[in-house]
Amino acid sequence: MKQEFNIIANNIENGTRVLDVGCGDGVLIEYLKKEKSIDVRGLEISKDKVQKCISKGLTVIEGNAEIDLKQFPDNSFDYVVLSQTLQAFINPELVIKELLRVGKRAIVTIPNFGFWKIRLHLLIKGTMPVTKTLPDEWHNTPNLHMCTIKDFVEFSNKINFKIFKSIAMNKKKTSLINNKNLFTKNLFSELGIFLIEK
Amino acid sequence: MDMDKLKTLLVKKPLKLDCGKTIKDFPIAYETYGILNEKKDNAILVFHALTGDQFVTGINPITKKDGWWSFAVGPRKAIDTNKFFVICANVIGGCMGSYGPSYKDSNTNKILGINFPIITINDMVNAQYSLLEFFKIEKLFSVIGGSMGGMQVLQFASNFPDKVKTVIPIACTSSHSAQNIAFNELGRQAITADNNWNNGDYSTKNINPNKGLAVARMAAHITYLSKKGLQEKFGRKLQERDDLKFGFDADFQIESYLRYQGSVFVDRFDANSYLYITRAMDYFDLTKQFDGNLAKAFLNTKAKFFVISFTSDSLYPTQENKEIVIALNSIGADVGFVEINSDKGHDSFLLDVPDFLNALKNFLEKSNN
Repeated sequence: MKQEFNIIANNIENGTRVLDVGCGDGVLIEYLKKEKSIDVRGLEISKDKVQKCISKGLTVIEGNAEIDLKQFPDNSFDYVVLSQTLQAFINPELVIKELLRVGKRAIVTIPNFGFWKIRLHLLIKGTMPVTKTLPDEWHNTPNLHMCTIKDFVEFSNKINFKIFKSIAMNKKKTSLINNKNLFTKNLFSELGIFLIEK
Repeated sequence: MDMDKLKTLLVKKPLKLDCGKTIKDFPIAYETYGILNEKKDNAILVFHALTGDQFVTGINPITKKDGWWSFAVGPRKAIDTNKFFVICANVIGGCMGSYGPSYKDSNTNKILGINFPIITINDMVNAQYSLLEFFKIEKLFSVIGGSMGGMQVLQFASNFPDKVKTVIPIACTSSHSAQNIAFNELGRQAITADNNWNNGDYSTKNINPNKGLAVARMAAHITYLSKKGLQEKFGRKLQERDDLKFGFDADFQIESYLRYQGSVFVDRFDANSYLYITRAMDYFDLTKQFDGNLAKAFLNTKAKFFVISFTSDSLYPTQENKEIVIALNSIGADVGFVEINSDKGHDSFLLDVPDFLNALKNFLEKSNN
């Protein structure tokens, strides 16, 4: 988690305006505020988590990203961050489009369903994979649309947005993803971090 | 305690009202809680709702009852009077010592009645601004209010963008809805239909339109609660009887409760004030004041906003509160928003709703760092 936040922070310049979509109890916002001098705020659907953010003094709006991103004008943020949440939306395509309307750029991280442990789990055990990054069981997971790093790259071509930086993460190790290493990164990374723009 | 012993500020400066008339040398009755610090940066101006007054907490010296926001304001409470200096004024048009229809004009020695000018939320806020000058407060730490108090909060933030650090509108709207105007009109019609109203001239005749005012209060009171809340509290329970009496007495507890609410209200509230203040609410349309673009109302703001609504509030539903959030977001203002789960209807903001009180407390204390 810390390493993911570190990468996100490293890719955001000081003095920018940032929106954390699905900010939960505000851990990423707190981290970004500590590491950077940026204006950061959150959007969160859970009332309890919004309360936690308020108790930490964070600026958070209660709302559903699939409905409430509408209220933000075009390009009103320099970066919109979506950390490990894309798979939980009913319509990920719409959310990506909204992120890139509201933000000049977006940082999207996804738990990689192509990770070898997940593939092996399904192959050997024959049950839906449960891992550290995907701790829920098939019947209680909030994740509706799991995807792999490769899926996300293909998704960018299909719905026409630009990935200008892709980072693979496995435990604490990070590396850049490119067309040549996509196969191996998709197999050996737990998390994909994508910097995208229109 | 007599009414003439209330703390009042005599506002000498002329104030031009929205209706075109100018008033001057008028009293504003107010109360304070806590201590204004040396830097004078810990003051919170609380705005009361339709039937509220300046006695936010503690015992109201006139009614001998708890202040209307006793749950929220006091030492170590959400609005902590150990830390903050809380000021609350009776709105102009009110009947707890401020300039209103029950004010006796010293020149003519007559009670104004319906000769009192029509006032607006904007007028109320501009009148209360005099308190900042009186206490020599350069910038308030916060303006806070629910319902009509929330409307004043929005108007204050719009009128005086440099004069406040945090802005907390609760369970309110930027534009009074048709349904709410309708409810207010029902109350006004009940009052004016009472023969004792006598075209607003009742005090001099020693009569009072108690029946009309009580009906107005009863009707309004229903709108402050939620259907679910009413059902849970009263259901079809009977009032001190084992069976229906086949008459028009208060058979049901809810009837008895409403009658009680009506009867205690007439002892503390002036019927003409009820007409004037509900009118001010109906006229409130901050969006229209800014050519249909609410965002323009807050263009110059640097304040931190925190908007709060309640799930079961049907008078000022979440959607109307959210419109304020949307307007603020559209200009990149610093705004937080939370909808509180509560079955207690619009009244939730006055009651012991822990999620609400915690959110308010946390927001204020974290903004104070």
